[in-house]
Amino acid sequence: MKSRDRLFPYLFLLPGLIILIVWLIYPILSALNISLRNWSIMPDAPKPWVGLQNYTRIFSDELFWLSLKNTVFYALVTVIGQLILGLVTALLIDNLTHGKVLFRMLYYLPVVTSWVVVSLLFKFLFNSSGSGLVNFILCDILHLISEPVAWLTEAKTAFVVINSLGIWKGIGFSMIIFLAALQSISLDLYEAAAIDGAGVIKKIQYVTLPGIFPTIITVSVMLLIGAFQTYVPVAMITKGGPLHRTEMVVSYIYGTAFQNLDFGYSAALSYCFALLVFGLSRLQLRIFGRK
Amino acid sequence: MKRKKILHQSILTILLIIGAIVMVFPFLYMISTALKGPVFVFEFPPRLIPSNPTLQNFITAITKNNFGLYFWNSTYISILSVSGILLFGSMMAYALARFRFPGRNLVYALILFFMTMPAMSLIVPQFVLANRLNVTDSALGLIFMDMAQNLPFAVFLLEGFIREVPIELEEAAKIDGASPATIFIQIVMPVCKPALATSAIIAFLGVWDEYVWSSTIINTPEKRTIPVAIASFQGVHTTNWGLVFAASLIAVIPVLILFVSLQKYFIKGMTAGAVKG
Repeated sequence: MKSRDRLFPYLFLLPGLIILIVWLIYPILSALNISLRNWSIMPDAPKPWVGLQNYTRIFSDELFWLSLKNTVFYALVTVIGQLILGLVTALLIDNLTHGKVLFRMLYYLPVVTSWVVVSLLFKFLFNSSGSGLVNFILCDILHLISEPVAWLTEAKTAFVVINSLGIWKGIGFSMIIFLAALQSISLDLYEAAAIDGAGVIKKIQYVTLPGIFPTIITVSVMLLIGAFQTYVPVAMITKGGPLHRTEMVVSYIYGTAFQNLDFGYSAALSYCFALLVFGLSRLQLRIFGRK
Repeated sequence: MKRKKILHQSILTILLIIGAIVMVFPFLYMISTALKGPVFVFEFPPRLIPSNPTLQNFITAITKNNFGLYFWNSTYISILSVSGILLFGSMMAYALARFRFPGRNLVYALILFFMTMPAMSLIVPQFVLANRLNVTDSALGLIFMDMAQNLPFAVFLLEGFIREVPIELEEAAKIDGASPATIFIQIVMPVCKPALATSAIIAFLGVWDEYVWSSTIINTPEKRTIPVAIASFQGVHTTNWGLVFAASLIAVIPVLILFVSLQKYFIKGMTAGAVKG
């Protein structure tokens, strides 16, 4: 009886743990082996040991550094954009007396729609012809530009498409979390601030923002990890082009493996990339003093 | 005072409506495009209300292009994966929440670690593994990976929930001589229903929309899932946008039904862990 009891938790962990060990833990270890070899996907082909060669190669790989630069840029723009717009939306909705549920749902629609669908949708909205919706609005309604922009032929404008998609899709996510966090701020604090004569801005500055600060940090870490993993929009909208100018780290890693069939190098890149993301999120939490 | 309040509320509402238009208009335009024939997709000026609305794109999407088959593939893969995630996830959560045993903290730390690890960073070794296990180009390979990717979060969510449930009922059953398995099935599982619903929705969303792994290991067109199928409708030179969006809308329906009817659980799942920390 006693020994069976002691065994019990392990039996309950077993099925799930097997899946995690086989599909997540074993791959972490096997990636190390793959990254130290000139790996070929053919089962019987030789896989010569090349030591750290795949890692040293990274330093002189201009395309990788470009893709990293693009990813950092994308992460900065979209994380800040999502945080600010999500927070503003949450504050607006929180102070609303009617229609909270409706607005919450509308802003949340892009979040529950798949990346494949919204990426294709944005590609279509930013069509290069004059009857592409964004061109039409900018050109014929707002008269901000004189002729249609071919958004995807240049890296700069292609990034406008990808970055605005990243922000648009994520506003609802940060909004929902901020809305939940806003509920946790005690009303007494607002009343106390009101007695001290604080206006809306002062209340936000001294009560709201400090109150949800831990949540802001958590959300920004989640968004950062998400932004660094962006792949589908690149794959659907630009395919990394023109001439790899819009490549991001993950799309580059993916292409290295599945187009160039350079599995060893791709595994080495993945390792460095995972460490980078992991380190960044730790750093972010440490700087802002959260366990 | 009252007038000031009304003014205040009107400004908030107007600002939110402007934002809501930006959020929703692309979807409305997508619906409109799905109802247009090919010649009208890029007519100038663009129209939100199609001049000659037609259901042809929906009919083509359903009857040709194997879309029914892709829908079925996505459906049964989602059902099997989500069932597995719920079953194995709640078993793990129960063990972690209610038992103290050597290795418990290690397992829990692993769960947290996998939740923050960039999922795509393992795609190369996972692909090599799938190749070796002979599960490429098969639904089995998709189900395994769907479970592995979504299990950690389900365990995290369920473990947190079980820990908050008072333990008295379980202890009483134990005194009556019920085995841990009986307690799990007859007491813990029923109590966990809300957390199970939340986990199911989050996992379903992840599985239903999963694209990268499916597009990597599936070669046979008949075995495609919906996201891969939709992506493949995008032509090399020209794209039949009406068809792409008709198919997208059909694919979005199950998600939207779940979202609108179970909004509460959706939001719980999204905010879990982020707010309480």
